[in-house]
Amino acid sequence: MIETIHNWLYSIMPEGVASITEMVLIATAYLALFALAGLYLVYFERKVAAWFQLRLGPNRVGPFGLFQTMADALKLVSKELTTNDRIDKLLYNLAPYFVIVAALIALAVLPFSKQFQAFDINIGIFFLLAVSSMGVIGILLGGWASNNKYALIGAIRSGIQTISYELSVGLSLLTMVLLTGSLQLSEIIEVQRTGGWLILQGHIPAVIAFMIFMIAGTAETNRAPFDLVEAESELGAGFHTEYSGMKFAYFFLAEFINMFIIASIAVVVFFGGWLSPFGITDEITWFPQFIWFFIKVLGIIFLMMWFRWTFPRLRVDQLLTLEWKYLLPINLVNMVLMAIIIWLNLTL
Amino acid sequence: MEPTVKSNIKTEEYFINMGPQHPATHGVLRLMLTIDGEIIKNVEPDLGYIHRSIEKMCERDSYQQIVHLTDRMDYLSSHINNEAVCLVVEKALEIEVPERVKVIRTIIGELTRIASHCLWWGVMGMDVGALTTYFYAFRDRELINDIFEETCGARLTMNYNIPGGLMFDIHPNFVNRTKEFIAHFKTKIPEYDRLLTGNVIFQKRTKGIGVLSPEDAISFGASGPVARGSGVNCDIRKIHPYSAYDLVKFEESLQTNGDCLARYNVRIQEMWQSLSIIEQLIDNIPEGDIKVATKAVIKLPKGEYYQRVETARGELGCYVNSTGTKNPYRFKFRSPGLSNLGVINSLATGSKIGDLVAIMSTIDIVVPDIDR
Repeated sequence: MIETIHNWLYSIMPEGVASITEMVLIATAYLALFALAGLYLVYFERKVAAWFQLRLGPNRVGPFGLFQTMADALKLVSKELTTNDRIDKLLYNLAPYFVIVAALIALAVLPFSKQFQAFDINIGIFFLLAVSSMGVIGILLGGWASNNKYALIGAIRSGIQTISYELSVGLSLLTMVLLTGSLQLSEIIEVQRTGGWLILQGHIPAVIAFMIFMIAGTAETNRAPFDLVEAESELGAGFHTEYSGMKFAYFFLAEFINMFIIASIAVVVFFGGWLSPFGITDEITWFPQFIWFFIKVLGIIFLMMWFRWTFPRLRVDQLLTLEWKYLLPINLVNMVLMAIIIWLNLTL
Repeated sequence: MEPTVKSNIKTEEYFINMGPQHPATHGVLRLMLTIDGEIIKNVEPDLGYIHRSIEKMCERDSYQQIVHLTDRMDYLSSHINNEAVCLVVEKALEIEVPERVKVIRTIIGELTRIASHCLWWGVMGMDVGALTTYFYAFRDRELINDIFEETCGARLTMNYNIPGGLMFDIHPNFVNRTKEFIAHFKTKIPEYDRLLTGNVIFQKRTKGIGVLSPEDAISFGASGPVARGSGVNCDIRKIHPYSAYDLVKFEESLQTNGDCLARYNVRIQEMWQSLSIIEQLIDNIPEGDIKVATKAVIKLPKGEYYQRVETARGELGCYVNSTGTKNPYRFKFRSPGLSNLGVINSLATGSKIGDLVAIMSTIDIVVPDIDR
């Protein structure tokens, strides 16, 4: 079908216009898909929270409450945008777009299956890290421009946190890149077709890297137990205290899309991306491989939700201690270990 | 040697309002914080946002009416507050209530304490960021509320004690349901421990945070779990037993560290002790009357009377100055919350904003009790 549309587009308009139209179409499809995915992650989160907390969760709007988050989104879209006076108008209005755009750009390189990937660039992992760390600018701007002390504290905390944990995310992924020998996401997955999932290849540093990646990744997305940015019992709502309506929704949606991205990276680098477990569907050509990808991503996301609804929150200095005194040194040693293993061609 | 950094950038402390509308203050308490970055330099509580002049209203009301005002003070210990007023009136009138009344009052009081500590535990978890505790605690607290609802008809501002005894007898289901609750709750406190107490992050957040020395506890007049966390013996149920507390065996839960974790542990232990007290009494509620007849208009003899009880938060004292009329000349409550709140500045100064929330939570503030 995609082929048909492609040919049709090129047949009715000149080549340049056709390729631009095609890009716009793809981008729109992605946006729609991930707005929807974000909404259903919110639904999933609410259901998971309810299961953990002896509640039922949303179950009134639509079957099993499936339309609840849709209704919430509609409500947010139609809501009046209230602001306090004396905000920095330009920055205040710009901030949510930074956050949501940073989250959405990262989606472009995620390999959902062999065919289902918008851009397969050769520095995929680097691109993901670079783009997803852009979101913090939006948070800082939002907190600063809100003219609210709670928002400011939240934003500053966010800056500290993201910059610190970026290092751990980067280093733990770098450890794995040593093993795969490539930054290209599709190639990282292909490596795992023959050797098995990287986490199961029997390298201890890979397991350590995965643990560190999960901790740092949770911190990157500002989720509990690292949700100091919006610590509701300390700061009200943190950096988005002064945001309402759709602008708030952007922040909210971005958090869930970021969670999806972190989980996706984990799946690609550690759990074989779209590859099926034990190759059970590898021979079936019509089987949509991206189903495996989404199942694995949901598993990782469930783990992150499990963290959130079980653990208390860290204090801001403990957060930094954890990163700079424990995770970072362990990570560096871990990377050297991995390098030695590969150099000596050992299996440890 | 102090590192010296020459810089033209000036830093300054800033002022921030925590409350009166803030999720961490559990009510309309306003804390005026002076903050240097994340570090708290000064905390100044500002009271009065929910002041209803209950003490002044007492001067207008009859003694039976005063009882109903007290459950609006510390709404989590309403039965115990009511009991305090009843006890002081009975003391002044020199009425000896039947044994049955004493035992039922004690059981109801201990159930109230468990319910209050349940709510505290849930909110404590929430304040340090673990939201799930709240729902676990409320599951168990609901059972106590159901028991109360059956017996006295209300779930929050409960009235059951009257001067001279009880309004009416306990519900026929009361004994069975209380026993069911004890069996149920005994399996749940270990669950609480597994979920929160043993958690590394929780331990880090509370151990060594907000240390209150025994001397400070005494000089601030702190009472209840706040003082007992610092090792001060102040359990009124032990020192000056009232109702049926002289009939039962229980330990005063004491910790010596004085930090947030110590106060936390005191309350967890108190839940166990309360269970044991109820267990000792629930099977031997004596038969007999449920009230001593009092006159329709109670007039206390001229003089001053004082009675104190141990609520879930500490020592509640009721002082009555009577001139022999049907209204008190002066009715003064010594509420535990106000004295306990006094320690907050000395505990929180120098700690982080996150610590302040944990400290507030372990002091267990109920704002209507502070403001009255």
